[in-house]
Amino acid sequence: MAFATCYPGTPSSEIPEQFFRIARETELYFEYSTNEKVALEVGAGAAISGVRTIVTMKHVGLNVAADPLLTLAYVGIKGGMVIICADDPYLFSSQNEQDNRYYARLSSLPMLEPTNTQEMKDFTIAAFDLSEDLELPVIIRTTTRLNHIRGAVRLGRLRPIKAKGSFKKDPFHFVTVPAVSRKLHGLLVKKYDRAAEESDNSPYNQIIGKGGWGIVTNGVSFNYVSDAVSELGITDKTCVLRLGFSWPLPGKVCASFLKQVEKVLVIEELEPVMEHDLKAIAQEHGVTIPIKGKGVGGLSRLFEYDPAMVRKAIAEYFGLEYNGPEALELSEVPELPARPPNLCAGCPHRATYYAVKQICGPDTVHPTDIGCYTLGLLPPISMADFVICMGSSVSSSCGFSRATNQKVVSFIGDSTFFHSGITGLINAVHNNHKFTLVILDNGTTAMTGHQPHPGVNPSPMGLENTQVSLEELVRGCGVKDVHLVRPLKVKKTMEEVKAAMEYDGISVIISREFCPLFAKATGQFKRTRAFYVNHDRCKNHRDCINELACPAMYLEGEQAEIDKDLCIGCSVCAQVCPENAILPLKA
Amino acid sequence: MKPKRLVFVGVGGQGNLLASRLLGEACLSVGIPAVVSEIHGMAQRGGIVESAVLMGDVTSPIVSNGEADVLIGFEPVETLRALGKCNTGTTIITNTHPLPPFTVSVGQGSYPPVDEILALIERKANRLIALDGNALAGQAGNALSLNMVMLGALTGSGTIPIGMEDMKKTISSSTKKTFLESNLRAFDLGMENAAIQVQSSGVQGSRLH
Repeated sequence: MAFATCYPGTPSSEIPEQFFRIARETELYFEYSTNEKVALEVGAGAAISGVRTIVTMKHVGLNVAADPLLTLAYVGIKGGMVIICADDPYLFSSQNEQDNRYYARLSSLPMLEPTNTQEMKDFTIAAFDLSEDLELPVIIRTTTRLNHIRGAVRLGRLRPIKAKGSFKKDPFHFVTVPAVSRKLHGLLVKKYDRAAEESDNSPYNQIIGKGGWGIVTNGVSFNYVSDAVSELGITDKTCVLRLGFSWPLPGKVCASFLKQVEKVLVIEELEPVMEHDLKAIAQEHGVTIPIKGKGVGGLSRLFEYDPAMVRKAIAEYFGLEYNGPEALELSEVPELPARPPNLCAGCPHRATYYAVKQICGPDTVHPTDIGCYTLGLLPPISMADFVICMGSSVSSSCGFSRATNQKVVSFIGDSTFFHSGITGLINAVHNNHKFTLVILDNGTTAMTGHQPHPGVNPSPMGLENTQVSLEELVRGCGVKDVHLVRPLKVKKTMEEVKAAMEYDGISVIISREFCPLFAKATGQFKRTRAFYVNHDRCKNHRDCINELACPAMYLEGEQAEIDKDLCIGCSVCAQVCPENAILPLKA
Repeated sequence: MKPKRLVFVGVGGQGNLLASRLLGEACLSVGIPAVVSEIHGMAQRGGIVESAVLMGDVTSPIVSNGEADVLIGFEPVETLRALGKCNTGTTIITNTHPLPPFTVSVGQGSYPPVDEILALIERKANRLIALDGNALAGQAGNALSLNMVMLGALTGSGTIPIGMEDMKKTISSSTKKTFLESNLRAFDLGMENAAIQVQSSGVQGSRLH
């Protein structure tokens, strides 16, 4: 492939990190796009020009890209296009656990679901070939457990790269006015039928075994099923249908499978998608065997499956005696202190939150957004009241402030603002909403691993400076009241927050300070001295610990102390201390 | 080879992901199939980091509750928290050096005394190997080599089919050259400490600090 776009999001973020590296050494073009919709549209331009293109995102990213996706399916592509979407069963790092297999059904696009590291590579190549054959984008769906594994991969031969294509004009195909799209929809249905034939002949849709106990599975669950069948010693009794090319469903393969087994257990994480489809196929073919999935053993629509859960469900459904290893009796284990993730020592978000809290008090509504700063949810900060998706802080503030008499101060990170906060802000200006938006500008996309975004100056990484000015952008959206603050200056920040909240209209505070982790990684960190608590002055108010909860602070008996190895010298606690008892260490 | 399931737990920054990755690589280097999986959502923000290494005839990348053959805990409370992964046959290897979470500083919980933690684990576990990994790392001359100490302890525990030489070869080829000497020293210290505990105790491990 020669063209790659993405918006980072866990558990997909590691994929583009590799593209970033590869692009520096090869002809691969790679970009971190502004959001997933943009990534898919940029990719569409390349793929329609005949260049092999890959677009990666997390599952909810495909919601953002759904608009182009559904009509790009009509138009089709010329060079191969693979869209990788990473689902997150159990919500390890997401706001929902939607099942993106529905997007294949919604868009009529083919979907492949790999099972291990080798297949991640093999399926990607197969997806490109299939995509070029059908002239359709192909979706590869992964899940967290596949994204975050390491294992052996046998490499193949590199094919020659075609770095440039050419766009051949064909407006009555590419311009989707109704008359064109009516024709294109028919074309998509034809391609879909061809894809269904491919699926029926695909080596990735396998029937394994000749027994009467039918098990249907996909993705990572295929591992759990394979292990369970061998551990339970029922290889001779079972017949496993594994769907790797899972959409369009291989109707003929499914039908012949249903005709050769006595009963069926469907093992799929999240929604009972295959279970329902198989019931429909059984009905069409007059097959009346029992088909079950959700509700057997611990198999649920919620969260992820695991090997023991699958083993138990199989044993229960097929009436096997099964005793797993004896788990430990744990009633004696005391309640353990929680270890939630926390904003880092010296994180500027903590300072911004502190300053805003001093001014607006506890009754102000704080819509927030998606990034490290969502950790402001936890006490003692407790300043996150509402979040549903990227950008929702800004637009929901319009609703909260208009529908109530409550003050609204919302928070969004710089990368998220560029991703999908801008239109909400323009809406706030356009409809004369009255609230304060704080843009937490830490100069990077910190949460997902410090990827660049349009507001970043990438020259320290040896790239051309393409920085978009956040202030100019905010003013360009029509905001009149704009405040730029340095959050580590606590008092000054509080003054600016006060002024912004008094403004009768939409006001924006840009709170600018580098993410210290990013600054350190890119050589932009200005070394400062760590601080210590002077015991003679300290009167044990503990504002430092109780208000800031910086991980560099701890209690030694009853005395607040600072871990000098963790402290990065941000000095916020020193400014908060009413006794001026926190001082920089002597050099 | 019969499947072997190992779980590593620790706190962001302790390097347990590197330890599990090196173990996975060492397996492949001697022809044992292995898969490594990680959950590291917000590792850099002080949260819990869990990884698993599964070797032998097994394809699942994760370990269910009660199914770990070996639990390697880089922090005592995290070892205790992960006890649900263990069964009556599990070997537990734990660092004894505590890293209290910030919730303790702000009074949202208390950190149990380390001796009580270890005594509890010892009562439950088939075998406990406990060592002050931070002290040994310091002794090796590199405070960040805790993960090498733990990898050494794992190798010395006799619970994995990988020998010292193969582990060391992988460490030599896959870690930064600048730290190689202290890493290998840390590995040796962990291995010796664990081996002594295994020898001196038969089944039940005794704690040597």
